[in-house]
Amino acid sequence: MSGMNKSVQSKNRVVDSSTAAIPPINFTQLRFPKVLLLLLLCATTVAGFLWLPPAVAFRNPGLARIVVFHVPCSIVASIASGVTLWYAISYLITRSSMDDVKSRVSAELSLLFWVLTTVTGAVFAKAQWGTYWNWDIKQGAIVLLLMIYAAYFALRSAIIDERKQAAIGAAYSIFATICVPFLTYVLPNSTEDTLHPKGTITTKEGLSPEYRIVLWAGVLGLTLVYVWVWRQHVALDEIRLKLAARRSARRAARISGFVVTETE
Amino acid sequence: MKSDAGAAGASTSATVSRWLDCAAVVFTKELRVELRTRYALSAVALFAVITVIMVSAVLVGASVRADVKAALVWIILLFAALSGLSRVFVREEEAGTAAILRLTAPPSSVFAGKLLFNLALIGVVELVSVPLFLLLMPVEKLQLGLLMVILTAGGAGLASAATFTAALIAHAASGKSALYPIISFPVLMPLALIAVQATVGAFDAIPIHILRAWNDVGVLGAYAIVMTTASFLLFEYVWHE
Repeated sequence: MSGMNKSVQSKNRVVDSSTAAIPPINFTQLRFPKVLLLLLLCATTVAGFLWLPPAVAFRNPGLARIVVFHVPCSIVASIASGVTLWYAISYLITRSSMDDVKSRVSAELSLLFWVLTTVTGAVFAKAQWGTYWNWDIKQGAIVLLLMIYAAYFALRSAIIDERKQAAIGAAYSIFATICVPFLTYVLPNSTEDTLHPKGTITTKEGLSPEYRIVLWAGVLGLTLVYVWVWRQHVALDEIRLKLAARRSARRAARISGFVVTETE
Repeated sequence: MKSDAGAAGASTSATVSRWLDCAAVVFTKELRVELRTRYALSAVALFAVITVIMVSAVLVGASVRADVKAALVWIILLFAALSGLSRVFVREEEAGTAAILRLTAPPSSVFAGKLLFNLALIGVVELVSVPLFLLLMPVEKLQLGLLMVILTAGGAGLASAATFTAALIAHAASGKSALYPIISFPVLMPLALIAVQATVGAFDAIPIHILRAWNDVGVLGAYAIVMTTASFLLFEYVWHE
């Protein structure tokens, strides 16, 4: 009785998934107009250069406007790192190769955004602190992150088998991400000497209204850019995976011999 | 197959004792193989000794500050560790014995045995190279007790993180020895910064630095615990590839 029920259920599930013409609405599948995104990015860039007043709290108020590019980059990079971690954990649980693709693509993009954060931060530091690099604690943390992602890709490229590559890469990205809080939260609290201001984003007094609008618009724009590029890459790799699977199936059929007569 | 409480308790204790047996066997096996070839010992300990001698020789006559000495100690220890700690897993892959180990022992006990071996190795290296370092580059006002606590906590963190990255690197097709420091240094960077900051306190004996050092010892202990836990959780996924 229970066995019959189970078989009926499983049949139903199969029918459901095969005849579903419209996939369930998934937020990763939603489309957004790219023209609006372009306009948003143009607006934040123009506003950053022309509309914002000089920030008086800084040593060099005129050049402090770069904060509306620097901070959004770091926020989007953090989001990308979080997505990498999320899909790495998900891969180890599900072993679905698409989760690995999602994690890897997000790691690539997060490396890109961390590099952008480093470059804008170095320019910012030159303008405000007088030197491009002074091993401020957050600069140390960002070097750690750049090293982690570089090592992640070096490790992946040294492993030939794709399944192995995915599992080892996922395990390394989780393991390495766990050690980051020691540098970003534990060490800064034991050493007070950071030049980075604290609470700029999280407190109400941190930013003037103009800065707040432009900065968060920048965060929104760059996040959408990240989501867009990430989805494009994931879709491309999905096609690649499917093609590779079909090719290997055809090769297996040719070797086994009996499908050859059917295809030719 | 009945699962009443007593049977479950008995089987749990049987599992635990089997786990401990496996871990102990893996550890003694590592020790025996090591004593047969002395590869890791000669690689890691000699590396540390030679580097200490090199550093002392090139800095002869120079007045080296206490904080620079603290940094030198940890750089030597880190590089020495990364020259040989990967042997425990790489050897299994190279000798083709990994598959048999996978079949015969639970994954976490394999990791526990190898972690114990690497801890012992780090302990030996610290026992040899740090006294030699202090002999060749004397530190006035040395806080010996503090230094020993720092070396213990830092060595534990170093061994746990480096053993897990060794398990990862064993799967690489080529260039294992070159890749091992590359993937380990990002993970070990927080440890290095905190350990050096603590060792400065043990070397210069300024009260506020000593206070900070004891705080850092706690952080080093937390790092060791977090990294060991993460290793045990993740090792199963890595080992069965």
